Amino acid sequence: MRLVVDLNKCQGYAQCAFLAPDVFTMHGEESLVYDPRPEKEHRERVTRAVAACPVRAITADGLRDAPAGAGQEASDAR
Amino acid sequence: MTQPSLLSRITDYANRADPYPLYAELRRTPVLHEEEGGPYVVSSYYDILGLLHDPRVSSDSANLTAAGDDELSGPEATGLPPSFIRLDPPEHDRLRRIANSSFGPPHRPHRIDSMREELAQIVSELIDGLGGTQQIDIVDQFAYPFPVTVICRLLGVPREDEPRFRGWVDPLVAALDPDTRKNADAEFQRAAQEARMQLGMYLAGLVEQRTKEPRDDMLSDLASSHGADGTMSMMEVLSTAVLLLIAGHETTVNLITNGMLTLLRHPEVLQRLREDPGLSVGIVEELLRYEPPVQLVPQRTCIADIELRGVTIPKGSRIWLVLGAGNRDPERFKDPDRFDPDREDIQHLGFGSGIHSCFGAPLARLEAQLALAELARRLENPRLVEDPPPYRRNAVLRGPRHLQVAVDGIRP
Amino acid sequence: MPAEEFHEWLRREGRIVIVGASLAGLRAAETLRAEGFTGSLTLIGDEPYEPYDRPPLSKAVLLGKASPERTELPRRREIDATWRLGVAATGLDLAAKRVRLADGDEVPYDRLLIATGVRARPWPKEDEAQLDGVFVLRTRDDGVRLHRRLNASPRRVFVIGAGFTGSEIASACRERGIAVTVAERADAPLVGALGGVVGAVAADMHRENGVDLRTGVMVTGLEGDSSGRVRAAHLSDGGVVETDVVIVSLGATRNTDWLEGSGLGAGPRGIACDAGCRAFDFRGIVTDDVYVAGDVARSPHALFGYQFLSLEHWGNAVAQAEVAAHNMISAGADRRPHLWVPAFWSSQFGVNIKSVGVPSMGDEIMITQGSLAERRFVGVYGHQGRVIAAVSFDNTRWLEFYQRQIELGAPFPVEYPTVDRRPEGRKPVPADFPDPSLPTHGPTVILSGYSPADRRLVFTPGRH
Repeated sequence: MRLVVDLNKCQGYAQCAFLAPDVFTMHGEESLVYDPRPEKEHRERVTRAVAACPVRAITADGLRDAPAGAGQEASDAR
Repeated sequence: MTQPSLLSRITDYANRADPYPLYAELRRTPVLHEEEGGPYVVSSYYDILGLLHDPRVSSDSANLTAAGDDELSGPEATGLPPSFIRLDPPEHDRLRRIANSSFGPPHRPHRIDSMREELAQIVSELIDGLGGTQQIDIVDQFAYPFPVTVICRLLGVPREDEPRFRGWVDPLVAALDPDTRKNADAEFQRAAQEARMQLGMYLAGLVEQRTKEPRDDMLSDLASSHGADGTMSMMEVLSTAVLLLIAGHETTVNLITNGMLTLLRHPEVLQRLREDPGLSVGIVEELLRYEPPVQLVPQRTCIADIELRGVTIPKGSRIWLVLGAGNRDPERFKDPDRFDPDREDIQHLGFGSGIHSCFGAPLARLEAQLALAELARRLENPRLVEDPPPYRRNAVLRGPRHLQVAVDGIRP
Repeated sequence: MPAEEFHEWLRREGRIVIVGASLAGLRAAETLRAEGFTGSLTLIGDEPYEPYDRPPLSKAVLLGKASPERTELPRRREIDATWRLGVAATGLDLAAKRVRLADGDEVPYDRLLIATGVRARPWPKEDEAQLDGVFVLRTRDDGVRLHRRLNASPRRVFVIGAGFTGSEIASACRERGIAVTVAERADAPLVGALGGVVGAVAADMHRENGVDLRTGVMVTGLEGDSSGRVRAAHLSDGGVVETDVVIVSLGATRNTDWLEGSGLGAGPRGIACDAGCRAFDFRGIVTDDVYVAGDVARSPHALFGYQFLSLEHWGNAVAQAEVAAHNMISAGADRRPHLWVPAFWSSQFGVNIKSVGVPSMGDEIMITQGSLAERRFVGVYGHQGRVIAAVSFDNTRWLEFYQRQIELGAPFPVEYPTVDRRPEGRKPVPADFPDPSLPTHGPTVILSGYSPADRRLVFTPGRH
């Protein structure tokens, strides 16, 4: 999984930090700090976080199920 | 005979089951002002979003008095100060930050996440309890008890007290309905005041206990808050607790029930959800657009003249933001009247936006996702007994009063 | 070939080359494919890495919340491109339509997108810049090196320059308990970007968090020990600060050297392009096969008197890349203008700072919501009677309202009441930007005059 947050769009609603707290953390009341390369075990939570973002600021790949195997993330929607 | 005003048709209980055609009519006049002294009703997506972020728009209940609504004699005037939903910054921000410090990040980032197993267990037990019957009421047997149990555990309110506080919550929620409010007689207002006071006193007893013996719950935290923002006064604790207790279940019950109703009307989606519980994530976001549990925000006023679509909304006017209409705005959403859980472009207004955006949104999301996925998986061949089902009176917090569903059985 | 037929052919089997394999380059490539471009696509990047995100390098990475080697950007879609990574572009032949590479290769194109971005401005004294322990922070390799050194518990970190990056670095160091000295030529941090009124708030944030902030001083030299390791920094006020890590944070230089002599309108301030992202040549004539996007571009902006704007902004890179990609494969009437309102964020000392518009154009500022003392506020900048920019400290949800005011050219001062207006916000005060005749590394929005042919560095004041 790779992810990036458009912090121009981000308005600090913190939905991601509630729903995937080990990947997204609030730094102060409004600033978001995140791990751009979270481990696979967080995938279900990251999926919820991406969907919950009220301003659709999170872009992630490698969220969907694919046949097991490395390199799947690099070749997203093939 | 003149046609009743559009607004009165929207608040008319007879139209509760399907207000959406009326909303479409409403959007044709994006800023509707039907009568002198009445509200300015805004129904287009971008206008609503703009006003939710507009610093000339106030949520302060004190400003509503000037707008002609005798709000101060309403349920807020029972000695409890207004909760943060009815305040502007900086007070709103301070109280919300303190409340949040025991609820979510940055101070309690794992509070909600750590409840996931507990939520799943409550859902399982409730569904287990349905066993043996051929017909169930989704509201009374599931969608109401689930969030009530959750908010009780989170706040630290004994679950067995529910029959007591339900008697106070009902008149309070009814008072949020603009229809009843408009036609309120003194009796009705007194009942709401009395209810808020009783609920506050009941919670005061609990807060007192928690102050002496703190536990891991929000009432204990609120009573002992001492961060950068200082402490809440006892009265602030109580009005915050009243708000969280009510908002914590009255809206979620509608989200879950509206969700089940919508799924039963779209059996192909229900089938997909049964096979893939992960679909619940997209389903809940689309539900928040398609059938939002809070249909409109009737509590804003403007503190300056605002020009909108060629209309001047004069300073001091009351503004209604019809979230349910904005969510179906064809200028914003393609094919807006279609329920489509695969929708990618779904920045709905279901939880509002701006500084007052729903405090409990992450919890509501998790509750609804879990609830719908489990109902889909475990109810065998569920069918609607009555369509449309009977609705609650409320036009703001809109949802079925009962949802009778016939089933062939309950899967393990 | 008629234009329509040409574009048909271009989309089907044209050759598109993108120089710059970072955020703008990647998003442009994805947009091209998303819009149906099926020809050959080549991405050239001087770093040997797949496109990665830079902002975390001065924030999450320094805080230990992310690895400097793992900030690769997610992909929006498959792009089926030929990657030439680790090979810099060294020249451009406009007539022959070829890009020259450092390894001697030449890559022909039908359409070229230049997204070579910026690089960190190094410490100007080369021998001192070579000392062990002296860093800049721009690339992944910079991030890895600095990260390693900060993990080795330095006794003190010395940051030269209190712009956004320097302040973010200082903030992260303090959070990790590392002693930090920050030296800033101006009177406060962030003044070049946000002016003195807001800069004073930033200075308080530094000091309250234990930063040894020295303002109004220049660093006159860096001193090494006998083994070539940095050991001290010397200041213009005679001060000497012992340190084992120096981070040079003096802003950025545009990567246009490789275009020297190409005939393109490229210079130290970037490559001039029109609103449709088409590059100008040095005569001021617009090309139709060379496009520009991201930090390296200068483009005229309607909201700011059609001056050329250079933006070092993440969001601008994405938006401009999308417009450039679309226009590259579209015929005249289908093209779109790039009308981005500058928008920027920074996170430091636990405070979220955001701005929209061009604050440095502002003559005056008005605190319309909240309070400077509480560090939660919205400040609105005015220029010639209209709203030109706004900044928020932990108040971001209001900012989109002010962005609309900028777009509308709304009047300044802000006369109407707003929620949370304090007595201090009733009247505008001078925004207090430093003397514009002195170059500053602070602003991330640079107004660079009206000439498309930028071959010299002439500082054009934003006002006066």
